[in-house]
Amino acid sequence: MGDFSNQPGRLRPAPENFLSHEQVKAVGAGRRDFLRKSFLAAGAAMAAPLAARASEGDPDILNLPSWTTTLGQPVAVNPYGMPSKYESQLVRRESPGLTRVGGASVSFCPLQGLFGIITPSGLHFERHHQGWQDVDPARHRLMINGSDPAFLKKPKVYTMDELMRLPSVSRIHFIECGANTGLEWGNVAVPTVQYTHGMLSCSEFTGVPLKLLLEDCGVDYKKARYVLAEGADGSSMTRTIPMEMVESGEVFVAYGQNGEMLRPENGYPLRLVVPGVQGVSWVKWLRRIEVGDKPWATKDEAVHYIDLMPDGLHRQYTSIQECKSVITTPSGGQTLLTPGFYNVSGLAWSGRGRIKQVDVSFDGGINWQTARIEGPVQNKALTRFNIGWVWDGKPAILQSRAIDETGYVQPTYGQLRKVRGTKSIYHNNAIQSWKVVESGEVTNVQVL
Amino acid sequence: MSRFSKSVLVLALAAASSTAFAFDNYKGIGRDAKPAEVAAWDIDVRPDFKGLPKGSGNVERGQELFEEKCASCHGSFGESNEVFTPLIGGTTAEDIKNGRVGGFVKGDIPQRTTFTKVATISTVWDYIYRAMPWTAPKSLKPDDVYAILAYFLNLAEIVPGDFTLSDRNIAEVQAKMPNRNGMTTDHGMWPGAPAKKGGIGNGGIPDVKNVACMKNCKPEALIGSTLPEYARTAHGELADQNRSFGPVRGTRTLGPEAAKKAADASTLDLATKSGCMACHGMKNKIVGPGYNEIVARYQGQPDAEARLVAKVKAGGQGTWGSVPMPPNAHVKDEDVVTLVKWILNGSK
Ligand code: HEC
Ligand code: HEC
Repeated sequence: MGDFSNQPGRLRPAPENFLSHEQVKAVGAGRRDFLRKSFLAAGAAMAAPLAARASEGDPDILNLPSWTTTLGQPVAVNPYGMPSKYESQLVRRESPGLTRVGGASVSFCPLQGLFGIITPSGLHFERHHQGWQDVDPARHRLMINGSDPAFLKKPKVYTMDELMRLPSVSRIHFIECGANTGLEWGNVAVPTVQYTHGMLSCSEFTGVPLKLLLEDCGVDYKKARYVLAEGADGSSMTRTIPMEMVESGEVFVAYGQNGEMLRPENGYPLRLVVPGVQGVSWVKWLRRIEVGDKPWATKDEAVHYIDLMPDGLHRQYTSIQECKSVITTPSGGQTLLTPGFYNVSGLAWSGRGRIKQVDVSFDGGINWQTARIEGPVQNKALTRFNIGWVWDGKPAILQSRAIDETGYVQPTYGQLRKVRGTKSIYHNNAIQSWKVVESGEVTNVQVL
Repeated sequence: MSRFSKSVLVLALAAASSTAFAFDNYKGIGRDAKPAEVAAWDIDVRPDFKGLPKGSGNVERGQELFEEKCASCHGSFGESNEVFTPLIGGTTAEDIKNGRVGGFVKGDIPQRTTFTKVATISTVWDYIYRAMPWTAPKSLKPDDVYAILAYFLNLAEIVPGDFTLSDRNIAEVQAKMPNRNGMTTDHGMWPGAPAKKGGIGNGGIPDVKNVACMKNCKPEALIGSTLPEYARTAHGELADQNRSFGPVRGTRTLGPEAAKKAADASTLDLATKSGCMACHGMKNKIVGPGYNEIVARYQGQPDAEARLVAKVKAGGQGTWGSVPMPPNAHVKDEDVVTLVKWILNGSK
């Protein structure tokens, strides 16, 4: 056996090839001890001088950690990879007392620890009305029909096999529950951005434009101006969607999410994507689309997802998620370690299109600076903004204010409440404030 | 004519006809929905009662059905707040007359119930038929739904006790719904055509207007509301809801005592999920010894933890009697260690 060690570019041979024929024979004869001894000696020679020098610097540098000095794990130990064990704190969480049963509840996305704009699928917020189901894709069907035979030439049924053969689109969009930040309409109620804004996620979705399917069935756009989407779960969630949005090509039936299939909690194997519109319309486990000439006033558009105004009227069919933003780092429930430089980072989004600008204030909205927007900025997608800040150790109030391509400027709590009061539950897009005190603790406050 | 040019001709004809788009154009994809299939799934009912199945049911039958299938979650009178917000309550004879719920008009409504909010009776019919009872959706017959809804209407004092609701008189009941005039679509948050073009709302004009002032925008920052103390701790240990490294740390909201309690509660959860609590009590023998007995026996024995971890994994008998503990192979190694540590530390 030759010595391979000084042949650059060669793969290291398997361990037995390091040994001479004699050595291999010795090991075969049961004399493994010489091997063990030589490894021990080598280890001691390395560790001893380093430990002695610990006072000369960072022990994490001077004493090589085990991951530098041992063999790591082989491939496919986790056939489906999982986050590091050090990341266990950032998980979806419920807000205690918000709902009474887990099957009709919400879990919030840990925005305080996420980067960029894509939500890892396992952290996507959940909102279920009758529990979630893991639907068998081989038995799932999408039916398209009309309230009246005149609205659609040919009611059709599609299998997943068929839907996945059709021309597809992949687009990044945010999804926000209409009740996101709803706990905060009257006053500060919850401590962290996970609970104030965590009914928000953003994914790349892949699927087939609904327009393509409706046209494949021979829809009559003149007569059918409304679309009903319906789920296959126990709640068979239904929501009315305007045909204008379908015709624009924006609405699609999605099976893909962030490169893989949708997660069961997010509607596997098929959900509707209605960009810019509140999450409840993105019907999960989508089984049926009906075209009609009037809205349906379903339970989730006639009993819930209606916005109570100060005059006692409820606004019905409020669907667009208006322009909004929030600073995620630093945010409520976090503590700054020391004065000095911080990269203040957050998210902005608008159901009316692209984000044009985000301004950040460190004095509660008296003065503002324009933040850096991380591009490319996408239509009806989360948009990451960043701005440098040197914290001088004194109290501060951090705010962000987004402006979308229509020129709409995210409002203050004072402005919003003046028009909509405090009991709306839905569609709170007010400017969020985080107060920093000398200790570095950041808390949720509302600035009028 | 070749097949190819024939299909081109068909396409050309289609394009020339009134439909400007491709109809039935993806060869081999999708098939006709059969009438029975459409009937099986298309169960929606609109406010104008399009889609409403024929049928009827009276208050008395409704009360029986409700008691049997619904009251466990919603209370006998639909009043319960245990599982979901109340269905009935908060409406008056005056409201039935006006079609506006006074509690909303005056702004003093104590509790928003389903019947205070809903304007359209079709909504309730549709929803019960499609989704209730919660644990057995789509198990009701149309007549059952009419009966239960008749019972609701009687509870809300909209119809008398001898009333029978049917597809023929439901429109008359609609005219008495307490909040039937309580909705507005005059807003800018509908993403389709405006009302004046046959759609909904004002065409997207926002109701609130801010301007992007940059300098000296106001004399001071007035704080209107701060986090109440109870809310600071109501969501558990915030330190554990953030990374343990990075630019910031989660704020420690619970003291070490409370943090231990929370950790213990989660270990108890783990013990329950792992099946240990079926055989062990904290302070009592069930099939196996109580955790307090285990602590007493192994106190001061430094090797106890390792031995017990091995024992829990492999199972065994003879230390406490002849009843064996089965192997706990389904529990992850690190969880066994957590559980044994917790038991030896007093499992509070
Ligand atoms: C196991 C518990 C349970 C049972 C039994 C049950 N429900 Fe429900 N019900 C719920 C829950 C939970 C919701 C809320 C679902 C949601 O969030 O969408 C609900 C919602 C409703 C609503 C809508 C209320 C609103 O304001 O949104 C109606 C109406 C209703 N139930 C009627 C019934 C009727 C009628 C029955 C019997 C046939 C029944 N329920 C049985 C748990 C139950
Ligand atoms: C089916 C019943 C059963 C289940 C489930 C069970 N145990 Fe036990 N356990 C026993 C019995 C019986 C003994 C007494 C065995 C003996 O006498 O050696 C015992 C003994 C023990 C002991 C003391 C062992 C010793 O040698 O003193 C520990 C610690 C223990 N169990 C922990 C656990 C934990 C942790 C779990 C859950 C992962 C668990 N047990 C699940 C029945 C059970």
